[in-house]
Amino acid sequence: MSHSLSATPQTQPPAQPAQRHGTSSGAFGDKVFAGFARGSGILVLALLGAIIVMLFVGGLKAFSTFGLGFLTDADWDPVQEIYGAAVPIYGTLVTAVLALIVSVPLAFGIAFFLTEMAPNWMRRPIGTAIELLAAVPSIIFGMWGFFVIVPFMAETVQPWMIDTLGDVPGLGVLFSGAPFGTGILTAALILAVMIIPFIAATMRDVFLTVPPMFKESAYGIGCTRWEVMRSIVLPYTRSSVVGGIMLGLGRALGETMAVTFVIGNTNRISASLFAPGNTIASLVALEFPEAPAGSLKLSSLLALGFILFVISFIVLAISRLLLRPRAVKA
Amino acid sequence: MSATLTSGASTIPGPGRDHALGARLARRRRMADRLVVVLCIGATAIGLLLLASILFTLLVRGLGGLSLGVLYKNTAPAGSNGGLANAIVGSLLQTVVGTAIGTPIGLMVGTYLAEYSRGSALGNAVRFVSDVLLSAPSILIGLFIYTLLVLPVGGYSGIAGCIALAVIVIPIVVRTTEDMLRLVPVSLREAAIALGAPKWKSIVLVCYPAARDGIVTGLLLAIARIAGETAPLLFTSLGNLNATVDFKHPATIITAFGQAMSSLPVTIYQYAGSAYQDLVDLSWVAALLITFGVLALNIVARVALRRRS
Repeated sequence: MSHSLSATPQTQPPAQPAQRHGTSSGAFGDKVFAGFARGSGILVLALLGAIIVMLFVGGLKAFSTFGLGFLTDADWDPVQEIYGAAVPIYGTLVTAVLALIVSVPLAFGIAFFLTEMAPNWMRRPIGTAIELLAAVPSIIFGMWGFFVIVPFMAETVQPWMIDTLGDVPGLGVLFSGAPFGTGILTAALILAVMIIPFIAATMRDVFLTVPPMFKESAYGIGCTRWEVMRSIVLPYTRSSVVGGIMLGLGRALGETMAVTFVIGNTNRISASLFAPGNTIASLVALEFPEAPAGSLKLSSLLALGFILFVISFIVLAISRLLLRPRAVKA
Repeated sequence: MSATLTSGASTIPGPGRDHALGARLARRRRMADRLVVVLCIGATAIGLLLLASILFTLLVRGLGGLSLGVLYKNTAPAGSNGGLANAIVGSLLQTVVGTAIGTPIGLMVGTYLAEYSRGSALGNAVRFVSDVLLSAPSILIGLFIYTLLVLPVGGYSGIAGCIALAVIVIPIVVRTTEDMLRLVPVSLREAAIALGAPKWKSIVLVCYPAARDGIVTGLLLAIARIAGETAPLLFTSLGNLNATVDFKHPATIITAFGQAMSSLPVTIYQYAGSAYQDLVDLSWVAALLITFGVLALNIVARVALRRRS
């Protein structure tokens, strides 16, 4: 912003009268305005750069103390000042992937319903309701999860899972342990609820980009709705659909408040999905108040933030590349 | 009929093979279709049920505690019949100032992308980064502002919270501004140019008004988003159970930004896990207020946009 202000007076006067007569204020205004616009654009780039640099510099002490072991060490021991990121990284990835497994089929069903099945008068209200679900603040999902879903899981879902799935050889270990209600599985379910509207809205929007002629041709030779979806719409929109799913994954990875309420907050990797755990975001939110300025603990938390940023940046970047508007083909 | 046509074309080579096979295939395809339809309706019903469950829970647990007292009394220790006034004031102040900081920047970036950057590498990079920031975890923005503005100063402050929220506002405004400016018809621009208006005047006096409804929609959505944000505020304005703003002394509105500042979301976070039932009840009231406020903003924004199109 400032560079353009200082640059314009030097370059402007000689070029001006030759090009436009009498409208020097307009041309000067043009340069200032364009400079502001360009400067703001550069500010956004600088913002991203600053986030990366500040988190990395903040985490430098932890990285240099623990080296690469920071990524693989499963201890988080404030008393002995030993910090490792393995458990929260594991929790972040597991909850996000489980959330995707639950939410993708549901989101697909909603998008399919809204684009191909619902009568016209129904599409807008239902679409808006699903989008409103995305607008609910994440801390509300946390409270709702803690006071409604956790008791439901503890009293109904988890005992049932232990009784039925717990005895399946191989799978049983996933559904073992006491039904506390909180834990990895509950966190993943809350995350799934939170990302369903994002994935569903993206899928709906990209399904609508399929040229009607393609679909009508398929209907014309007698295809059912499901066949049109499977052989026309999905192949046409495949990369955008994956992009939408990655967008949901990116959201799930960094979600903080809702997860903090329901995951149980224990720094331990357990085979059981009922076991409490933590994620990068929940650990940072909970441990931060007890991390004084300049401490190794604070540096470890910032290092965790840096790792989360790298993971979600990669996921979101892939999502954006896949969601780019389709190039017009001849 | 249709089934025999397709199957005859693709799977069964000989003409007019037995009808029974075709009928069986048609039945199976119809069944598959019907099953998918039922599953999709089920998925949609689940989605709607989840929203209904959240709203119902909020109403049942929050409505009972909602009273005028909650709105004008400040937060107080458990058992002393406190309210939410300072949290509401803090939320309003931070949301307003955060929006005021973020909106002009976002507007200019959106203008740059729509009007100036056409195809340039810088423009593509800015668009990409802005889209990534749009979905970046908000806790990281909180951590970033903490290292930038809280650590060096040595204290949490309302203004740090505002700036964290502004960082969230920028990409939202960028997205809607760019999209809406691109919808402004070329003929309008040409008319302005024909009148001899410089580019900046045609943008400010012609394109902005033409895109106004859409830009305002984006702004409302941005406000709705930051009003409910908790994670970035935990690291910046921290939350404050004491009242820092006294409306009898207007100067305190300014000085309050220099200290830790309370907000509804952070107060919910502090109270929801409390051992005292009256504080938990109060957190439900706060949750009710913030959720219905945010949803109302969303609905208004959508209605405004629909009226335009």
